[in-house]
Amino acid sequence: MYKIFKAKVIDNLPLNKKNYLLTIEPLDPISEPSPGQFYMVGTGNSFDPLLKRPFSYFRKTAQAIQFLYTVKGKGTAQMKALKPGDGMQVIGPLGTGYPKPPKGYIPLLIAGGIGIASLFSLAECLTKKPSLIYGSRCKDDLLILNELEKLGSELITCTDDCSFGREGMVTDVLTNFLASPSSKGTSYMIYACGPKPMLAAISQIALDKHIKGYVSLEENMACGFGACLGCSVKTGKGYKRVCKEGPVFPIEDIVW
Amino acid sequence: MKGLDCPLAHSRPDIHRDSEVNSVFDSIQIRSRTIQSLTTTDYSMDLSVNIGKLKLKNPVMTASGTFGYGEEYADFVDLNLLGGIVVKGISLKPMEGNPSPRICETPCGMLNAIGLQNVGLKTFLRDKLPYLRNFDTKIVVNILGNSVQEYVRLAKTLVDTGVDGIELNVSCPNVKKGGMTFGIDPRSLAKLITAVKRTVSNTVLITKLSPNVSSIPDFSRVAEDAGSDAISLINTIPALSIDTETWKPRLANVTGGLSGPAIKPIALRMVWEASQAVSIPVIGIGGITNTLDALEFLLAGASAVQVGTGNFLNPKATIEIISGLVAYLRRKNIQTIGAIIGGMKGTKSCHNPDH
Repeated sequence: MYKIFKAKVIDNLPLNKKNYLLTIEPLDPISEPSPGQFYMVGTGNSFDPLLKRPFSYFRKTAQAIQFLYTVKGKGTAQMKALKPGDGMQVIGPLGTGYPKPPKGYIPLLIAGGIGIASLFSLAECLTKKPSLIYGSRCKDDLLILNELEKLGSELITCTDDCSFGREGMVTDVLTNFLASPSSKGTSYMIYACGPKPMLAAISQIALDKHIKGYVSLEENMACGFGACLGCSVKTGKGYKRVCKEGPVFPIEDIVW
Repeated sequence: MKGLDCPLAHSRPDIHRDSEVNSVFDSIQIRSRTIQSLTTTDYSMDLSVNIGKLKLKNPVMTASGTFGYGEEYADFVDLNLLGGIVVKGISLKPMEGNPSPRICETPCGMLNAIGLQNVGLKTFLRDKLPYLRNFDTKIVVNILGNSVQEYVRLAKTLVDTGVDGIELNVSCPNVKKGGMTFGIDPRSLAKLITAVKRTVSNTVLITKLSPNVSSIPDFSRVAEDAGSDAISLINTIPALSIDTETWKPRLANVTGGLSGPAIKPIALRMVWEASQAVSIPVIGIGGITNTLDALEFLLAGASAVQVGTGNFLNPKATIEIISGLVAYLRRKNIQTIGAIIGGMKGTKSCHNPDH
């Protein structure tokens, strides 16, 4: 099995102005990822941008790996220009994914923006269909809704500007969700991925209500496999590497 | 291809343009027999170099802080193939490092302010060194302290356990105390080297120089005169990057050390200056990502090279450089790598770098 492998672009589908779905075919034998793990994706053949970019995988099939990404900076701008047939170098799967919920717990997935990418792979493989709260700034940023509906999960969407689903942020929806009569007596296990302030707010709610769970973090990374120590985050047990001990951490471990 | 000095024009180490290097790399990937031939003694080419008393099987080492404790690369690299491994800087007590963000990317380079996060001497000896000892490669430990006494204690303990070399870190730009304070003051530097060398006289002592000094030749000579067996350079260059949306520095530490292809021409000039100034071996570091980069440093006078940021871009960079050097020697019909070292031609008409 190759941890660093060559891959070929199959498709690079625009979902809207700034969000894309990249499908690549590994050209070397690789090992199976588990939800929450990520890949370092090399997109260009120059030194600018210099580093590979970390992306959680959205879906893994027998032949292909899919990444959902938002065009933000140099790396993703270059990624956007990839065409079918283009070659690339990829490292992965990397990091520690989402642990399965223990018996008796109902998985509650909370995605903010592009954070849906890593939670989608989790939702797909959970045998017990989870509840999924998915929020973004506006309707345009709510991605792959048709795919999410196919999952058969309870799906609650929300947008900051009220252009789709409920109004407000996922944290508002979460608070209401937990307060609803149907949630009484249920033990939830939270799985959250999204912007850092959102994760911090969710963690606070979870700690207040004694709900266990996990957050998937994002940091600048140079290597992705534990060598550079660039992605370390503060935890109750000292600095931990997002790429190695993470990106998924127990909620109570992170010092926000 | 040669003559284009813009790093953008060079091939990425992970996507080879140099067909010679590429074909050797492919054959190595496909036929492990080729890898064997690199490690057997009957191989017709001699890649070995001497760093003082330390004999490396080839001139390719890893730069401290970019290769962890070796184990992080075991998925990618047969560590037995490396000339040497320089492990992440070790202090007496564990250090937790700087707050995040600790790194950011800049054009053709990156800034880091890790802050010397490391497991500390005790854990290194107990958990990390035994693993490294499983491999047929030289282990050099980079050490850092806040006082001469701390450096001496570190060096003595490590040498007693049989490590192959000590690299003095006197050039880290990202910590308040220690590190660079020795590297930018000739008198403290000399005092430190003398004290450590006295303690570890039978083990190779390498001093890693800072680029942040007025004269590389002067500091190189200080190291040589004080008894250092070799010098390695350059460490990262203090630098800054600002987010124009938030008006904040991109690193929590505000400044960080610049590394990667962006610093290579500067590093190369400094390595050349150093090798002109001293007779002890010089180890070249700074933006090396492929065989051609390594060759430039050897031609400039380096007896060995250390690959740093290049490992992040392509974790196999070191072994690809080794096989690329073999291919190069074969093409040029050169038997020993030593014949390349300091071989840069046409420097007579230039200004003396050592003025």
